[in-house]
Amino acid sequence: MIDLTPKSERLLTMKGLCIQGRTGETWIDIVKGVDVHLNRGEVLGLIGESGAGKSTIGLAAMGFARPGCRIVGGELDFDGINLRTASPRQLQKLHGKRIAYVAQSAAASFNPAFRLINQFAESPVQHGVSSYDQAVEDGKQLFQTLNLPDPENFGFRYPHQVSGGQLQRAMTAMAMSCKPDLIIFDEPTTALDVTTQIEVLAAIKHIVKRFNTAAIYVTHDLAVVSQMADRIMVLRHGELVEENTTREMIEAPQKEYTRDLLSTRTYRKAPISLEESEKPILEVKNLNAFYSDFHVLKDINLRVLPATTMAVVGESGSGKSTLARCITGLLPPKTGTIEFEGDTLPSSYKNRDKEQLRRIQMIYQMPDTALNPRQRISEIIGRPLTFYLGLTGAERDKRIAELLELIELPTDFANRIPSELSGGQKQRICIARALAANPDLIICDEVTSALDELVSEEILKLLQRLQDELKVSYLFITHDLATVKAISDEIIVMLQGEIVEQGRRDTVLTPPFHEYTDLLLSSVPEMDPDWLDNLLEKRQQTSER
Amino acid sequence: MNSILKIVAQRLALGIFTLFVISLVIFLGVEALPGDLAEAVLGRSALPETVAAFRRELRLDLPMHIRYIEWLTAFVQGDLGNSLANGREISELIGVRLANTLFLALFAASIAVPVAVGLGILAALYRETWFDKSISMVTLSTISVPEFFIGYIMIAFLAVQTNIFPSISNITWEMPFFDRLYASALPAITLTFVVMAHMMRMTRAAIVNLLMSPYIEMATLKGLPRWRVILMHAFPNALSPIINVIIINLAFLVVGVVVVEVVFVYPGLGQLLVDSVSSRDLPVVQASCLIFAATYVLLNLTADILSIVTNPRMLHPK
Repeated sequence: MIDLTPKSERLLTMKGLCIQGRTGETWIDIVKGVDVHLNRGEVLGLIGESGAGKSTIGLAAMGFARPGCRIVGGELDFDGINLRTASPRQLQKLHGKRIAYVAQSAAASFNPAFRLINQFAESPVQHGVSSYDQAVEDGKQLFQTLNLPDPENFGFRYPHQVSGGQLQRAMTAMAMSCKPDLIIFDEPTTALDVTTQIEVLAAIKHIVKRFNTAAIYVTHDLAVVSQMADRIMVLRHGELVEENTTREMIEAPQKEYTRDLLSTRTYRKAPISLEESEKPILEVKNLNAFYSDFHVLKDINLRVLPATTMAVVGESGSGKSTLARCITGLLPPKTGTIEFEGDTLPSSYKNRDKEQLRRIQMIYQMPDTALNPRQRISEIIGRPLTFYLGLTGAERDKRIAELLELIELPTDFANRIPSELSGGQKQRICIARALAANPDLIICDEVTSALDELVSEEILKLLQRLQDELKVSYLFITHDLATVKAISDEIIVMLQGEIVEQGRRDTVLTPPFHEYTDLLLSSVPEMDPDWLDNLLEKRQQTSER
Repeated sequence: MNSILKIVAQRLALGIFTLFVISLVIFLGVEALPGDLAEAVLGRSALPETVAAFRRELRLDLPMHIRYIEWLTAFVQGDLGNSLANGREISELIGVRLANTLFLALFAASIAVPVAVGLGILAALYRETWFDKSISMVTLSTISVPEFFIGYIMIAFLAVQTNIFPSISNITWEMPFFDRLYASALPAITLTFVVMAHMMRMTRAAIVNLLMSPYIEMATLKGLPRWRVILMHAFPNALSPIINVIIINLAFLVVGVVVVEVVFVYPGLGQLLVDSVSSRDLPVVQASCLIFAATYVLLNLTADILSIVTNPRMLHPK
């Protein structure tokens, strides 16, 4: 059958879209009159920080609002069907068949109890698009197209048996199972490593083009969306900031906010002179660690100099967080020593004395879970003051106020509880808690990963200012190379439990690169719409050669 | 598969150890009862020589730990000893009663489990509607009422007034199967009412708990009908807590039937236990208690193993 519909035909129109969300008893506006339109085969990028309402708009394009949200105003038209007045049954017939959804976390969005192929085949069979056998065949084809390993048998595995990147591609395949007109991609690569992200981005781009599917691509990462989208809408606090074609948006942003988004990742720490002869504050020698039989850390050697930042970079599973667990004594290593200012630390934290514990502090990735939600900020910061330094009463309150000033928060925050704070503010409290112990070394484990880019830039600047003032050292664990570039003095690159490269920032990050460092660096998306295509072409050529 | 076998073996060992501890508790509990067993059996007027001879015969003159070891060794070999009341072998006495109790428990379970799980799923499907609320209210009222009361209400309505079922469930193994079912209908229905609420509410809660998970949202956005989302996507993942609560209730059906058996004069193990306590037939009491305990431990073990086995991560390792 020949498809006669012209390519420019309008598929989706949302006019004056208003969505409310419930907080406690009251409803507040989270999307305030946004217009979205989309033609067949077009890819629209929705970008903004958390709370911008971008996912909510994406879901509204399916006529769906999450529990606790409601669509209160606007027109919603999908190919002549009014999604606001459509019955649940009509929506059910659209979902999966004509509009499909790809969620952020594939690991959580696949049913753990079923084989992948059965979840793939569910939509086509239930919607009467094809028989089960036909759907299984289609699935194998799609798995092949998406470059999944062993496409014949891939689908017969359970979700927990495949890797995160594979699972994300399998979910894209699942969305494609009925050849829908529109797919909503809701941050599909946010939870992935950079090298894995490339595979998924390439797969999505390829398949969307091949079937001429329209897509709404929701993300917070402007570099990523510029690879995928024809047109971009920048959102903030539920309102449109600006809208333009991808190229023009990147080259000539009109609004201040867009320029801010574009210009993040420009912060750079000034290079400092490192004295190799200086006595290191932390020295790890020949460290080997195991999880039961699994060798997680292999012969790790590193030294951190006073008042410097050592970045530990690697992808998930590279052992970088395990390294932190070893240094803090949470996971006693099998062999090797950890020396702090020349003294060997007991391998388990249980055998370290209070002074040894005080001098190494940690800041975690998720400020939400790292703070006790029932405690006031004064208790959270005050406990280490009492525990390590024996401060009580007015002395303690004074110090709490000083610490809050140090992290640039008003002193009356002491009486608040964590849920009254934003994500960035919570992370600042975590920093204050670590500083309360007057440590010499702070281990920062992915401290900016859960934060928006503008916010995480603020946190990085704060950490740097604190280092300059307090001469504290950081061991900065991250998977994000932009962060590494911004804050490190020295860098360790880890892969599968081993250090593959280490050295000063300028040495590691200037050519010639180590092979794996090069792969990591080249995989970080750039603000260039052609970046992905060029990169894939280049890699193709190298592999053919 | 090996890891599953290992876990099962571990749980089994733990279960056996628990039983051992329980046997000790039962033995010591019976020992601690006031009065001398020989005097109780022979009566006050018995001559001291007779009492002494009787004690020797029952080996009651031996120290406690030796008697415990002898009792336990015999027990694990299947020799439960003889009843003091009528001298019959306890294994023979208990065998029939245990079979009757298990029959009643199975009968009640085969009504209660499907109905409770079914209602639980329906309540989750139509949650926050009048249907959900009324089921919740009815089942809650039935567990709030003591079981003997439900039993007597059953008798009053279904036996005395309408004469549909017999009020006394006197069954024997010579009776045809359906006659036995008919005779034990009232206690089975009573037990159903007692255990249903718990299972039904757990099924509902376990499913509702999962409805916020991303894969349920995904299933909904795949355009699947509501019943399919609940039945195919939520229910299989809610199995572990549901199995646990079902098994605990099954254990209750076997162990907790004492009152119901007495109400309906049903010839089960519970009835035997009550009779034996009143006639001070201590070997029978000990044996029945240990069998109750074993049932409980065994069923809990099954629950543990089933919840491990229904976990796809355990069944299909990487």
